[in-house]
Amino acid sequence: MRQIKRWMGTVGLAALTVVSAWAAAGKMMSVQVKDAQMRDKPSFIGKVVGSLAYGDRVEVQESQGAWARVSLPGGTAGWLHTSALTSQKIALSAGKDDAKVGASGDELALAGKGFNSDIEAQFKKTHKAIDFTWVDKMEKIKIPSLEIQTFLKDGGVVPKGGAQ
Amino acid sequence: MKPLVRQIINLLPAVLALVILPACQTMDAISEVGAAVGQGAGVLTPQQAQSVKKAGSAVGKTFDSITPEQEYYIGRTVGAVVINQYKPLANEEANHYLNVLGQTLAQFSDKPETFGGYHFLIMETEEINAFSAPGGLVFISRGMLKCCKSEDAVAAVLAHEIGHVEKQHGLQAIKKSRITSALTILAVESGKSLGGEDLAQLTEAFEGSIGDITSTMMNSGYARGFERQADQAAVTTLQRAGYDPRALVSMLTEMKKYLKPGGRDFAKTHPAPDDRIADVEKMIGAAAAVPAPVARQARFAQAVGKI
Ligand SMILES: [Zn+2]
Repeated sequence: MRQIKRWMGTVGLAALTVVSAWAAAGKMMSVQVKDAQMRDKPSFIGKVVGSLAYGDRVEVQESQGAWARVSLPGGTAGWLHTSALTSQKIALSAGKDDAKVGASGDELALAGKGFNSDIEAQFKKTHKAIDFTWVDKMEKIKIPSLEIQTFLKDGGVVPKGGAQ
Repeated sequence: MKPLVRQIINLLPAVLALVILPACQTMDAISEVGAAVGQGAGVLTPQQAQSVKKAGSAVGKTFDSITPEQEYYIGRTVGAVVINQYKPLANEEANHYLNVLGQTLAQFSDKPETFGGYHFLIMETEEINAFSAPGGLVFISRGMLKCCKSEDAVAAVLAHEIGHVEKQHGLQAIKKSRITSALTILAVESGKSLGGEDLAQLTEAFEGSIGDITSTMMNSGYARGFERQADQAAVTTLQRAGYDPRALVSMLTEMKKYLKPGGRDFAKTHPAPDDRIADVEKMIGAAAAVPAPVARQARFAQAVGKI
């Protein structure tokens, strides 16, 4: 029995090596949302297993419909909806990849610069009448996935497809 | 002496005009040659020529050069402008209901994830209107809600607005010259923080972009094709989520009764309800009607029925 277990362990390890070798050849993509939640299955119903930040470079392990299982190099894998991903690189700090910005097609131009919080601050200085309080309030409203499931169920709304 | 970036922006068309190249040449090549020609012709100093070379890569770029983060910042300010023109309805129950419904629908759209996510707000006005700012801030007026006789109808309005976000219709209203000028400033001034004049110019391009979007949304309206795309996206999203896409037709039929010709509302910015109804019916085809249980109607009436 122990022998078999050891043997299975070896096979498992071999399989893992094959899988990670295949994954290493997988596509690298960037996270294009402020914070992305990785889930344990390709659905918003899935449990959150980790989160990623804007600009994070992830490796695609596999994909299913509009979902991709991704991980940071060496990190935990989880499922993300592909609308949270781009194949372009996102340079976050000014000056870092400047030579390439705008010059290469797979680099998001204006990266990390351009219309950002500095410009918003400038805008606010010259447009004091325009109040951002409600915009900030709106952004805080995030409906938990469990509440969405309950909402669908209680209203007798039966999904026919899509990202869920 | 004018700052370098402004000089470059002003010189760019002239320098590039000196160069005649086949249409298939890339802008990079054009700017390269442009810089050389400009310098050779004595129009530019070597420093300026170098900048033109960099700036040339900004020419010809369109709205899709705008990063998700920038889209988010543009959307925040567009949202603030919308809120400034109207007044938010401070009804927590109604706004919460709208966010649950809207964020649920967004999950079934082609673009459930945006940089800052989808968020919804009711505006306290009898005007029949709805807007969506780039990135996912969506506004719906009390007047518009009154045209909705069911949760499915509210879902139809929200799904249409989510469609505009998904297809980036707001960003496409930005004039190309603003994107060129913003990208030029950044290309030329890369590697260091922006100085006063550049910051002022970038803010100018930002303000211009906000103005392009808000005036399109509130005054001129999107092109007919964009409205059709948003209606198509709405039908798809509603069907996936399990709502009745025919509610979009019911809502438009109801809206038709209240729209005032010449008013500052959907009559001004959207195609006539009858035209949209005809299109939407074609999109839905023979799909079976979706029944709405009593509980769904009850919670709709409770949350927004009496606002
Ligand atoms: Zn529309």
